[in-house]
Amino acid sequence: MKSRHIILGVYLVFLMLPIYWLINMSFKTTTEITTSMTLFPTMPTLQNYHEIFTNPAWFDGFVFSLTYVAINTVISILVALPAAYAFSRYRFMGDKHLFFWLLTNRMAPPAVFALPFFNLYSAVGLFDTPWAVALAHCIFNVPLAVWILEGFMSGVPREIDETAYLDGYSFPRFFVKIFVPLIASGIGVAAFFCFMFSWVELLLARTLTNNQAISSIMTRTVSASGVDWGLLSAAGVLTLIPGALVIWFVRNYIAKGFALGRV
Amino acid sequence: MDKPIDNRAWFLALPVVLIVAFNAIVPLMTVVNYSVQDTFGNNEFFWNGIGWFQELLDPTTDLGGRFFDSLGRNALFSAIILAIEVPLGVLVGLCMPKKGPGVAFTLVVMALPLLVPWNVVGTIWQIFAREDIGLLGWIVNHLGIDYNYTLGPLSAWITIVTMDVWHWTSLIALLSYAGLRSIPDAYYQAAKIDGASRFAVFMTIELPKLRRVLLIGVLLRFMDSFMIYTEPFVVTGGGPGNSTTILSIDLVKLALGQFDLGSAAAMSIVYNLIILAACWLFYTVMTNVDADRDATRVEA
Repeated sequence: MKSRHIILGVYLVFLMLPIYWLINMSFKTTTEITTSMTLFPTMPTLQNYHEIFTNPAWFDGFVFSLTYVAINTVISILVALPAAYAFSRYRFMGDKHLFFWLLTNRMAPPAVFALPFFNLYSAVGLFDTPWAVALAHCIFNVPLAVWILEGFMSGVPREIDETAYLDGYSFPRFFVKIFVPLIASGIGVAAFFCFMFSWVELLLARTLTNNQAISSIMTRTVSASGVDWGLLSAAGVLTLIPGALVIWFVRNYIAKGFALGRV
Repeated sequence: MDKPIDNRAWFLALPVVLIVAFNAIVPLMTVVNYSVQDTFGNNEFFWNGIGWFQELLDPTTDLGGRFFDSLGRNALFSAIILAIEVPLGVLVGLCMPKKGPGVAFTLVVMALPLLVPWNVVGTIWQIFAREDIGLLGWIVNHLGIDYNYTLGPLSAWITIVTMDVWHWTSLIALLSYAGLRSIPDAYYQAAKIDGASRFAVFMTIELPKLRRVLLIGVLLRFMDSFMIYTEPFVVTGGGPGNSTTILSIDLVKLALGQFDLGSAAAMSIVYNLIILAACWLFYTVMTNVDADRDATRVEA
């Protein structure tokens, strides 16, 4: 019993230390960061946060990023729901190959797609809009959502579908009224993952926009005179908040969700 | 358990196919197109056949040497992080509380690194590991160990590996945790009656149950470590020298940095084929494990 707690404790400290250091830095001035080594800010300052909240570029960056994340999550779930149902309930021509093909897109390196995506989304006139990033992120989020939802749907006995059809439900009505509420936790988990992977991705978001995403705005703290570590840390701390909030909401489903509903 | 065959199910899958095909096939065609052409600039392209591929796959040329170097580095990176993260993740998963007030706290803290934007993961470690202002770098240097990830290749490697362990071990731990929770208490009680040791319990009860979730974990970790870009790029930028230039970083340098479209496209295709092959391997193993499980279920 004892060693279990020690191992877990050490691991959790290992996880928290770098984050603690980031928060610590965000309350220091750049001078203090570069001249002294202290575990706590000697003169805590809100100057870094003040700069972020008063400069509209930072705020817009946050809004822009959250916009494409939200659009992407909605699109991914909406298109993945019927497809996951098809995979979990029926066999059809080429179903295994289709599933594998989807999976390979989840695994395709974004670096491969960066340049062609730039060409494609410039050609269709979406470059520099949240839609471009939202659609581009579908390449890995849609397959993932299908994969997760299929796992959760397969856990629902097929008798439920059959009973509903016998009761005279049409497919769309059955799907929306009965089936979707049954797999609500699965949808939550899938949405969580779509949010997560769209929120954390940088390469495509940066390639498809003209430095509008929050992740690219953060690179502005690097200038000719060096890096503004305090400002960079404060921005980093702020980007942790949406993730932390989302985790809190799905904390009871996290473990099952990471197993893609397949335990 | 046989599913009915119904080809109309294709209509349900159609939106997914369309949206993924738009994103996958059109860009892939662009890449294929570039990979067989060369240019002297001014947007004038001419046919180059398999020239780029020949150069890329020949380790004696500049391009080929560079490709095989970064491929080797990437394979080494994936091997190291899998060797650390999988055992560590299972260990942590075994140590996680199954009930009580600590559960929610543990889950939230463990999931936190997974939700950090990848460039911020890089930033966090850049700051944390710097020898002048970072806690880790400062302590290690004051212990008398020479550690500087911007100058020493070994330090740079240790930094990106530790960073990846920090970032992703929780995924394996959460997967194991989910797998472990699905083991009925009766199994443990039976083992207790038989007087099985802790190790025997792990080998005969827990590990077989974990096989399936661990496979998903290894698949995700292998793929993601093979296409990792942002985190090492932010920390080391591929340096010092080329010592941490893995495939993605090399490819982005070639495509967006040097705008060397032909060779970048050829590299993209070979890179994609490697991923595809690995993906197929894992998928086949995974579906076989599923089939095994269903078979044992029927027998039981």
